[in-house]
Amino acid sequence: MISVGHYLAVSAVLFTLGVLGIFINRKNIIVILMAIELILLAVNINLVAFSAALGDLVGQVFAMFVLTVAAGEAAIGLAILVIYFRGRGTIAVDDANRMKG
Amino acid sequence: MIQLIAFYLFAFVVIASAAMVIFARNPVHSVMWLILAFFNAAGLMLLAGAEFIAMLLVIVYVGAVAVLFLFVVMMLDIDFAELRAGFVRYLPLGALVAIILAAELVFALGAWSAGGVDLAARAAPAVADKSNIQQIGELLYTRYIFLFEAAGIVLLVAMIGAIALTHRQRGGTRSQNIAAQNRRRPHEATRLVDPGVGQGMEL
Repeated sequence: MISVGHYLAVSAVLFTLGVLGIFINRKNIIVILMAIELILLAVNINLVAFSAALGDLVGQVFAMFVLTVAAGEAAIGLAILVIYFRGRGTIAVDDANRMKG
Repeated sequence: MIQLIAFYLFAFVVIASAAMVIFARNPVHSVMWLILAFFNAAGLMLLAGAEFIAMLLVIVYVGAVAVLFLFVVMMLDIDFAELRAGFVRYLPLGALVAIILAAELVFALGAWSAGGVDLAARAAPAVADKSNIQQIGELLYTRYIFLFEAAGIVLLVAMIGAIALTHRQRGGTRSQNIAAQNRRRPHEATRLVDPGVGQGMEL
Protein backbone atom coordinates (compact mmCIF):
# COMPACT_ATOMS: atom_id res chain seq x y z
CA MET A 1 0.00 0.00 0.00
CA ILE A 2 1.13 3.56 -0.62
CA SER A 3 2.31 5.23 2.55
CA VAL A 4 2.98 8.89 3.21
CA GLY A 5 6.68 8.09 3.00
CA HIS A 6 6.35 7.32 -0.72
CA TYR A 7 4.89 10.76 -1.33
CA LEU A 8 7.53 12.43 0.81
CA ALA A 9 10.28 10.70 -1.15
CA VAL A 10 8.83 11.90 -4.46
CA SER A 11 8.48 15.43 -3.22
CA ALA A 12 12.00 15.41 -1.75
CA VAL A 13 13.44 14.39 -5.13
CA LEU A 14 11.33 17.03 -6.87
CA PHE A 15 12.44 19.72 -4.44
CA THR A 16 16.08 18.79 -4.91
CA LEU A 17 15.71 18.88 -8.69
CA GLY A 18 14.20 22.35 -8.39
CA VAL A 19 17.11 23.64 -6.32
CA LEU A 20 19.59 22.01 -8.74
CA GLY A 21 17.77 23.68 -11.62
CA ILE A 22 18.24 27.09 -10.04
CA PHE A 23 21.96 26.46 -9.70
CA ILE A 24 22.76 25.03 -13.11
CA ASN A 25 20.66 27.47 -15.11
CA ARG A 26 22.13 30.56 -13.52
CA LYS A 27 21.83 32.63 -16.68
CA ASN A 28 18.43 31.65 -17.95
CA ILE A 29 15.83 33.25 -15.72
CA ILE A 30 12.93 31.53 -17.48
CA VAL A 31 14.21 28.12 -16.42
CA ILE A 32 14.91 29.51 -12.94
CA LEU A 33 11.25 30.50 -12.66
CA MET A 34 10.23 27.04 -13.84
CA ALA A 35 12.51 25.49 -11.21
CA ILE A 36 10.77 27.61 -8.56
CA GLU A 37 7.44 26.25 -9.80
CA LEU A 38 8.86 22.73 -9.38
CA ILE A 39 9.85 23.54 -5.80
CA LEU A 40 6.36 24.84 -5.02
CA LEU A 41 4.89 21.74 -6.64
CA ALA A 42 7.01 19.58 -4.33
CA VAL A 43 5.73 21.57 -1.35
CA ASN A 44 2.16 21.06 -2.52
CA ILE A 45 2.65 17.30 -2.88
CA ASN A 46 4.01 17.26 0.67
CA LEU A 47 1.03 19.18 2.02
CA VAL A 48 -1.49 17.00 0.22
CA ALA A 49 0.26 13.78 1.29
CA PHE A 50 0.19 14.76 4.95
CA SER A 51 -3.36 16.01 4.64
CA ALA A 52 -4.45 12.66 3.24
CA ALA A 53 -2.42 10.63 5.72
CA LEU A 54 -3.61 12.50 8.79
CA GLY A 55 -7.20 12.92 7.64
CA ASP A 56 -7.01 16.67 8.10
CA LEU A 57 -8.26 18.96 5.34
CA VAL A 58 -6.33 22.07 6.37
CA GLY A 59 -3.33 20.84 4.41
CA GLN A 60 -5.33 20.90 1.20
CA VAL A 61 -6.68 24.38 1.96
CA PHE A 62 -3.12 25.55 2.53
CA ALA A 63 -1.99 23.88 -0.70
CA MET A 64 -4.59 25.98 -2.48
CA PHE A 65 -3.09 29.16 -1.05
CA VAL A 66 0.39 28.04 -2.05
CA LEU A 67 -0.97 27.56 -5.56
CA THR A 68 -2.41 31.08 -5.53
CA VAL A 69 0.86 32.63 -4.48
CA ALA A 70 2.74 30.54 -7.07
CA ALA A 71 0.47 31.83 -9.84
CA GLY A 72 0.96 35.44 -8.72
CA GLU A 73 4.70 34.94 -8.44
CA ALA A 74 4.92 33.53 -11.97
CA ALA A 75 2.92 36.46 -13.36
CA ILE A 76 5.04 39.10 -11.62
CA GLY A 77 8.29 37.30 -12.39
CA LEU A 78 7.51 37.06 -16.08
CA ALA A 79 6.41 40.71 -16.17
CA ILE A 80 9.74 41.76 -14.66
CA LEU A 81 11.48 39.48 -17.16
CA VAL A 82 9.69 41.15 -20.07
CA ILE A 83 10.63 44.69 -18.99
CA TYR A 84 14.20 43.54 -18.27
CA PHE A 85 14.43 42.13 -21.78
CA ARG A 86 13.04 45.37 -23.23
CA GLY A 87 15.70 47.40 -21.48
CA ARG A 88 18.71 45.13 -22.02
CA GLY A 89 17.91 42.96 -25.01
CA THR A 90 18.99 39.84 -23.11
CA ILE A 91 17.76 37.82 -20.16
CA ALA A 92 21.16 36.77 -18.80
CA VAL A 93 20.69 37.54 -15.12
CA ASP A 94 24.02 36.53 -13.65
CA ASP A 95 25.38 39.99 -14.38
CA ALA A 96 22.25 41.90 -13.42
CA ASN A 97 23.59 44.92 -11.57
CA ARG A 98 21.48 47.77 -12.83
CA MET A 99 20.47 48.93 -9.40
CA LYS A 100 24.02 48.59 -8.02
CA GLY A 101 22.66 46.67 -5.07
CA MET B 1 -2.15 -3.17 -6.42
CA ILE B 2 -3.30 -1.03 -9.31
CA GLN B 3 -2.89 1.99 -7.05
CA LEU B 4 0.70 1.07 -6.38
CA ILE B 5 1.42 0.66 -10.09
CA ALA B 6 -0.25 3.99 -10.83
CA PHE B 7 1.69 5.65 -8.04
CA TYR B 8 5.04 4.42 -9.33
CA LEU B 9 4.11 5.40 -12.87
CA PHE B 10 3.12 8.93 -11.87
CA ALA B 11 6.09 9.31 -9.56
CA PHE B 12 8.56 8.13 -12.18
CA VAL B 13 7.14 10.39 -14.89
CA VAL B 14 6.96 13.42 -12.61
CA ILE B 15 10.59 13.04 -11.55
CA ALA B 16 11.83 12.28 -15.06
CA SER B 17 10.02 15.25 -16.55
CA ALA B 18 11.23 17.52 -13.73
CA ALA B 19 14.78 16.47 -14.60
CA MET B 20 14.07 17.22 -18.26
CA VAL B 21 12.74 20.68 -17.30
CA ILE B 22 16.07 21.71 -15.85
CA PHE B 23 18.31 19.87 -18.33
CA ALA B 24 16.50 20.61 -21.61
CA ARG B 25 18.44 22.74 -24.07
CA ASN B 26 15.47 24.64 -25.38
CA PRO B 27 13.21 26.49 -22.89
CA VAL B 28 10.19 25.68 -25.06
CA HIS B 29 10.86 22.01 -24.43
CA SER B 30 11.31 22.84 -20.75
CA VAL B 31 7.80 24.26 -20.65
CA MET B 32 6.42 21.15 -22.33
CA TRP B 33 8.14 18.92 -19.76
CA LEU B 34 6.81 21.19 -17.02
CA ILE B 35 3.27 20.61 -18.29
CA LEU B 36 3.85 16.85 -18.21
CA ALA B 37 5.21 17.13 -14.66
CA PHE B 38 2.13 19.06 -13.55
CA PHE B 39 -0.26 16.53 -15.09
CA ASN B 40 1.48 13.66 -13.33
CA ALA B 41 1.62 15.53 -10.03
CA ALA B 42 -2.14 16.00 -10.39
CA GLY B 43 -2.36 12.24 -10.81
CA LEU B 44 -0.37 11.74 -7.61
CA MET B 45 -2.75 14.04 -5.76
CA LEU B 46 -5.75 12.18 -7.15
CA LEU B 47 -4.27 8.98 -5.74
CA ALA B 48 -4.01 10.67 -2.35
CA GLY B 49 -7.70 11.55 -2.54
CA ALA B 50 -7.28 15.29 -3.02
CA GLU B 51 -9.46 15.70 -6.10
CA PHE B 52 -9.94 19.43 -5.73
CA ILE B 53 -6.24 20.24 -5.56
CA ALA B 54 -5.58 17.89 -8.48
CA MET B 55 -8.11 19.65 -10.69
CA LEU B 56 -6.87 23.04 -9.52
CA LEU B 57 -3.35 22.00 -10.48
CA VAL B 58 -4.46 21.12 -14.00
CA ILE B 59 -6.53 24.28 -14.42
CA VAL B 60 -4.21 26.81 -12.79
CA TYR B 61 -0.79 25.43 -13.59
CA VAL B 62 -1.31 23.81 -16.97
CA GLY B 63 -4.05 26.14 -18.10
CA ALA B 64 -2.60 29.45 -16.95
CA VAL B 65 0.95 29.39 -15.64
CA ALA B 66 2.49 27.03 -18.21
CA VAL B 67 0.78 28.84 -21.07
CA LEU B 68 2.08 32.14 -19.66
CA PHE B 69 5.59 30.69 -19.65
CA LEU B 70 5.20 29.44 -23.20
CA PHE B 71 3.95 32.83 -24.28
CA VAL B 72 6.90 34.67 -22.78
CA VAL B 73 9.45 32.16 -24.10
CA MET B 74 8.10 32.48 -27.61
CA MET B 75 7.60 36.24 -27.45
CA LEU B 76 11.15 37.15 -26.48
CA ASP B 77 13.88 36.85 -29.07
CA ILE B 78 16.61 35.13 -27.08
CA ASP B 79 19.85 33.44 -28.04
CA PHE B 80 19.44 30.27 -26.03
CA ALA B 81 22.86 28.86 -26.88
CA GLU B 82 24.52 31.82 -25.20
CA LEU B 83 22.45 31.30 -22.07
CA ARG B 84 23.72 27.73 -21.77
CA ALA B 85 27.32 28.88 -21.55
CA GLY B 86 27.88 28.55 -17.80
CA PHE B 87 26.09 25.20 -17.53
CA VAL B 88 29.13 23.01 -16.92
CA ARG B 89 30.79 25.58 -14.69
CA TYR B 90 27.87 25.75 -12.28
CA LEU B 91 27.21 22.00 -12.30
CA PRO B 92 29.64 20.94 -9.51
CA LEU B 93 28.41 23.58 -7.07
CA GLY B 94 24.79 22.87 -7.90
CA ALA B 95 25.29 19.12 -7.55
CA LEU B 96 27.00 19.62 -4.19
CA VAL B 97 24.13 21.74 -2.85
CA ALA B 98 21.58 19.29 -4.25
CA ILE B 99 23.29 16.28 -2.68
CA ILE B 100 23.49 17.99 0.71
CA LEU B 101 19.83 19.01 0.46
CA ALA B 102 18.76 15.51 -0.56
CA ALA B 103 20.72 13.97 2.31
CA GLU B 104 19.05 16.33 4.76
CA LEU B 105 15.62 15.55 3.38
CA VAL B 106 16.25 11.80 3.64
CA PHE B 107 17.46 12.36 7.19
CA ALA B 108 14.33 14.32 8.08
CA LEU B 109 12.18 11.62 6.50
CA GLY B 110 13.89 8.99 8.63
CA ALA B 111 13.46 11.07 11.76
CA TRP B 112 9.80 11.61 11.00
CA SER B 113 9.07 7.94 10.34
CA ALA B 114 10.87 7.06 13.58
CA GLY B 115 8.05 8.93 15.31
CA GLY B 116 9.96 11.64 17.07
CA VAL B 117 7.28 14.32 16.89
CA ASP B 118 3.90 14.21 18.56
CA LEU B 119 1.20 15.47 16.28
CA ALA B 120 -1.39 17.90 17.55
CA ALA B 121 -5.13 17.34 17.30
CA ARG B 122 -6.75 17.54 13.85
CA ALA B 123 -7.81 21.05 12.94
CA ALA B 124 -10.42 19.98 10.41
CA PRO B 125 -10.92 16.22 10.34
CA ALA B 126 -12.10 14.74 7.06
CA VAL B 127 -15.37 12.82 7.16
CA ALA B 128 -16.09 9.85 4.99
CA ASP B 129 -19.62 10.56 3.77
CA LYS B 130 -18.91 13.85 1.99
CA SER B 131 -16.90 14.43 -1.13
CA ASN B 132 -13.50 16.07 -0.90
CA ILE B 133 -14.54 19.18 -2.81
CA GLN B 134 -17.64 19.69 -0.66
CA GLN B 135 -15.64 19.50 2.54
CA ILE B 136 -13.02 21.92 1.25
CA GLY B 137 -15.75 24.31 0.15
CA GLU B 138 -17.39 24.22 3.56
CA LEU B 139 -14.06 24.89 5.21
CA LEU B 140 -13.02 27.60 2.79
CA TYR B 141 -16.20 29.63 2.95
CA THR B 142 -16.62 29.51 6.72
CA ARG B 143 -13.53 29.20 8.84
CA TYR B 144 -10.98 30.33 6.28
CA ILE B 145 -13.06 33.01 4.57
CA PHE B 146 -10.62 35.80 5.43
CA LEU B 147 -7.69 33.78 4.14
CA PHE B 148 -9.67 33.10 0.99
CA GLU B 149 -10.29 36.81 0.51
CA ALA B 150 -6.63 37.52 1.22
CA ALA B 151 -5.74 35.09 -1.57
CA GLY B 152 -8.03 37.09 -3.83
CA ILE B 153 -6.22 40.29 -2.83
CA VAL B 154 -2.88 38.64 -3.60
CA LEU B 155 -4.11 37.76 -7.08
CA LEU B 156 -5.47 41.28 -7.60
CA VAL B 157 -2.17 42.84 -6.57
CA ALA B 158 -0.27 40.44 -8.84
CA MET B 159 -2.56 41.30 -11.75
CA ILE B 160 -2.27 45.07 -11.25
CA GLY B 161 1.48 44.75 -10.74
CA ALA B 162 1.98 42.73 -13.92
CA ILE B 163 -0.12 45.18 -15.96
CA ALA B 164 1.59 48.24 -14.46
CA LEU B 165 5.03 46.76 -15.12
CA THR B 166 4.51 45.77 -18.71
CA HIS B 167 2.20 48.55 -19.88
CA ARG B 168 3.88 51.15 -22.03
CA GLN B 169 2.77 54.18 -23.94
CA ARG B 170 3.88 53.94 -27.54
CA GLY B 171 4.85 57.17 -29.27
CA GLY B 172 3.44 57.83 -32.72
CA THR B 173 0.13 56.08 -32.34
CA ARG B 174 -2.99 58.11 -33.08
CA SER B 175 -5.28 57.06 -30.28
CA GLN B 176 -8.63 58.63 -29.52
CA ASN B 177 -8.54 61.69 -27.22
CA ILE B 178 -11.97 61.69 -25.64
CA ALA B 179 -11.49 64.88 -23.62
CA ALA B 180 -10.53 66.83 -26.72
CA GLN B 181 -13.52 65.40 -28.55
CA ASN B 182 -15.89 66.44 -25.81
CA ARG B 183 -14.41 69.93 -25.58
CA ARG B 184 -15.05 70.68 -29.23
CA ARG B 185 -17.88 73.10 -29.93
CA PRO B 186 -19.74 73.50 -33.25
CA HIS B 187 -18.37 77.00 -33.93
CA GLU B 188 -14.76 75.85 -33.83
CA ALA B 189 -15.38 72.61 -35.68
CA THR B 190 -17.29 74.06 -38.66
CA ARG B 191 -16.69 77.01 -40.90
CA LEU B 192 -19.07 78.76 -43.22
CA VAL B 193 -17.55 79.73 -46.56
CA ASP B 194 -19.03 81.26 -49.63
CA PRO B 195 -17.01 80.30 -52.70
CA GLY B 196 -17.55 82.16 -55.87
CA VAL B 197 -18.80 80.37 -58.97
CA GLY B 198 -15.99 78.44 -60.70
CA GLN B 199 -13.34 79.35 -58.13
CA GLY B 200 -13.28 76.10 -56.18
CA MET B 201 -12.62 75.58 -52.48
CA GLU B 202 -9.50 76.14 -50.52
CA LEU B 203 -9.27 73.91 -47.48
